[in-house]
Amino acid sequence: MSLFAVVDPVMQGLLLGGMYALFAIGLSLSFGIMRMVNIAHGDIIVLAAYVTLVVVETLAVNPFVAMIVVVPSLAAFGYVLQRVLLNPVLGDDILPPLLVTFGLSVIIQNLLLAVFSADPMGIHADAVQTASIGLGGGLAVGVLPLIIFASAVAVVAGLELLFAFTGLGRAFRATSDNQTVAQLMGIDNRHLYAVATALALAISAIAGSFLALRTTFVPTLGPSKLLVAFEAIIVGGMGSLWGTLAGAMLLGVAQSIGFRYNSGSGILAGHFVFLAILLVRPQGLFARARRS
Amino acid sequence: MTGSHTISRRRILYAGGAFAAASALSWGGAIAAPRTVKIGYVTPRTGPLAAFAEADDFVINAARKTFAGGIDVGGAKHPLEIIVKDSQSNPNRAAEVAAELIAKDKIDLMLVASTPETTNPVSDQCELNHTPCISTVAPWQPWFFTRGGKPDVGFEWTYHFFWGLEDIIAVFTTMWGSLPTNKVVGGIWPNDGDGNAWGDAKIGFPPALAAKNFSVVDPGRYQNLTEDYSAQIAEFKKGNVEIVTGVPIPPDFAVFWRQAMQQGFKPKVATVGKALLFPVAVEALGDSGRGVSNEVWWTPNHPFSSSLTHQSAGDLAASYESTTGKQWTQPIGFAHALFELAANVMARTQKLDSQASIRDAIAGTKLDTIVGPIAWGSGPVKNVAKTPLVGGQWRQGSKHKFDLCIVENSQAKNIPIGGQLEPI
Repeated sequence: MSLFAVVDPVMQGLLLGGMYALFAIGLSLSFGIMRMVNIAHGDIIVLAAYVTLVVVETLAVNPFVAMIVVVPSLAAFGYVLQRVLLNPVLGDDILPPLLVTFGLSVIIQNLLLAVFSADPMGIHADAVQTASIGLGGGLAVGVLPLIIFASAVAVVAGLELLFAFTGLGRAFRATSDNQTVAQLMGIDNRHLYAVATALALAISAIAGSFLALRTTFVPTLGPSKLLVAFEAIIVGGMGSLWGTLAGAMLLGVAQSIGFRYNSGSGILAGHFVFLAILLVRPQGLFARARRS
Repeated sequence: MTGSHTISRRRILYAGGAFAAASALSWGGAIAAPRTVKIGYVTPRTGPLAAFAEADDFVINAARKTFAGGIDVGGAKHPLEIIVKDSQSNPNRAAEVAAELIAKDKIDLMLVASTPETTNPVSDQCELNHTPCISTVAPWQPWFFTRGGKPDVGFEWTYHFFWGLEDIIAVFTTMWGSLPTNKVVGGIWPNDGDGNAWGDAKIGFPPALAAKNFSVVDPGRYQNLTEDYSAQIAEFKKGNVEIVTGVPIPPDFAVFWRQAMQQGFKPKVATVGKALLFPVAVEALGDSGRGVSNEVWWTPNHPFSSSLTHQSAGDLAASYESTTGKQWTQPIGFAHALFELAANVMARTQKLDSQASIRDAIAGTKLDTIVGPIAWGSGPVKNVAKTPLVGGQWRQGSKHKFDLCIVENSQAKNIPIGGQLEPI
C-alpha cells in the first residue's frame, strides 16, 4: 500500500471534518449554554446558504465579501428568534423547545422550497473553488477545503478565548453552570440567551456560506446537516468545543476511509464510528467533567 | 393458475368496460359537442433533473397554440387539453402523479420524458392501468430491462423512443479512439437507473470497453447528491486515468469536477452523459468546462424537420432562443417530437374511447419527426424505436459562453460534424 493510499483519505477526511465542525459548533454552543437542542439547526445552515446565494447574485460580490452581510443578518435573526420564540418556551421541561424548533425546521424547509423550488442551487465559477495546492507524491489539497478547515479552527479558538477572558464569556459559563444563581448575581438570562443564539447563528452562517461554495444544495438538506452536527458533538463530548472539532474530524476521516472501501457506504462508516463511541465511551472523547 | 386463465378474465373485464363506455357514449353523444381529448405529460420540472424540463414551457405553449383549433381524431376535430404534472425529480412522486392523471383526470394518452427516474414509474403505472403511453429521453435499456421487459414479449401499453447503450458506447469509444491516450477510462456511475445500467458488468460500459482494448477503473456506485468524491478521484489518480466518463446528475458532476481540480486530477478527456447536456451545467464549471464532451441526441444542425409545424431543427431552436432568451438545449427536439407523435397517433386513432385503438395507432407509427424517423416494430426489442446519436464537445462560443460542436458521427452519417475531438 502506497503512502498516497494511506495519507490521502485521512487528509481529505480531516478537511471534510473542518466543514462538519462548522456545522456542529453552533449547535454545541446552544446546547452548552442553554441546554437547548435546536432541531432547526441544520435548516438554518441551509437558509444561510440560500441567503449567501441571494447576496452574491444581487450584489454581484465575491462569496467571502457576501459573508460580511450574511453573518450579521443571521446573528440578528438569531437574537430575535431567541427573544420572541424560544425564551418563552425554555424551562425545566426540555420538550417545548424541541417541539418549537422542530416546527421551525418544517417552516424553513417549506419556505425555501416555495421560494427557491427543489432545484439544486450553487455558487459557481469562482476560482477559489477549483484552486489546488500540490504536495508531491500525487497528493493535492483544495484551497477551499483548507480555508474551511482553518475557519473552523479559528472559530473554536476564538470562542475559547471569549469564554476564558471576557465578561460575556464568564456570564455564559456562569449561566451554563447554574442558571438560578447566575440570575441572582444580576445576569439577564433573556438577553444572554439571545446573545448566545445570535452567536450560534453567526457561526451557522459561516458554515452555510462555505456549504454554498463547496457543493450544490437543496431546501431539504438541513436534517442531514443536523445529524452530522449531533454526531460530531456526541463523539467529541458535550460541552467541549475542541472536542466537537475533534469529533467532526474523526467523522470526516471515517467517512473518507469508508468511501474508499465502497463508494456507497462512506456515510454509513461515519455512523458506525458514532455508534462505537456511544458504546465504548458514551460521554464522548473529550467530555468536560460536569458538576450536577 | 395458468396464464390463459388470467387473460380470459381480463378480456371479460375489458369487454364489460368497452360495453359500458360504448353505451355511455351513445347515450350522451347524440347531443354533446365532441369530447375533449386529454393528454397527460409528466416531467421533472423541479429537482435535480429540472434542467431536462427547461424547454417544456416553450414546447407546451407552442403545442397549445398549434392545437388551439382542436386535435384531429380519426378525421374529426376534438378540443385538446394538455395536463402537465411535475415529478419533482422523484420516482415515487412520478408514479403518484401518473396514477392521478389516469384515475382522476382520465387522460387518453400519457407522454413522459427525462431519465429512467421519470419514464419508468410513469410507464409502469400506464402498463398497470391500460393507458397508452409514449416515453422518451432515457436510453432504452434502463427503460426496458429495469422494468422487467422481456425482448420477445415486450409491453402492451407503453412505447419508447430514444437511443441505447450500444449507441453511446460506440460514440464514446470512437471519440476517444481519435485522440492519443493511455486508454484508461474512469467511470462515475451513480446508484440510479442510468448509473446501474451504464456500469452494468453484462450490458453496460465495462465489458464493451474491455472488448475495445480500453481498461476501466470503476470505483463503484455512489449515491446521488454525494458531497465528497475524493475516493473516486484517488482511484482515478492511482489508476492513471486519462479519460473520465459516467452518467452523474448535473449538480453532482459540478461538485466532482471542482474536487478533481482541487485534488490535482486533470484528465485529457471528460465525456460524460446526462450531466453535460445543458449549457447552464457546463457554464457552472466555469472556465474548466471548456473541452468537456458528451452525447448528442439533437442539435439545430440535425437535418430533420417537424411534421407538425414544418419547422426545421434550426428554426425550432432559433424560435426557442428568441422566445426565452436562453441558449437551445437538446430536450427541445424530443419534447416537440412527443407532441408530433401525439398528433399523429390521435389522427390515426379509430375509436377515441378505446384505449386499445390508441395503442394500436402508436404501434403502427411511421413518422419523420424533428428528431428523426420514428417507427415501432423495427427496433432492437418490441416497444422501442431508436433515434440517432452522435458525440459533441463544448467549445468556446461566439454568441454563448460555450457552443456544442459535433465531433463524432460514426453512428449517423447524415448528421454533419463540425470538427474533431480536442484534448481538454
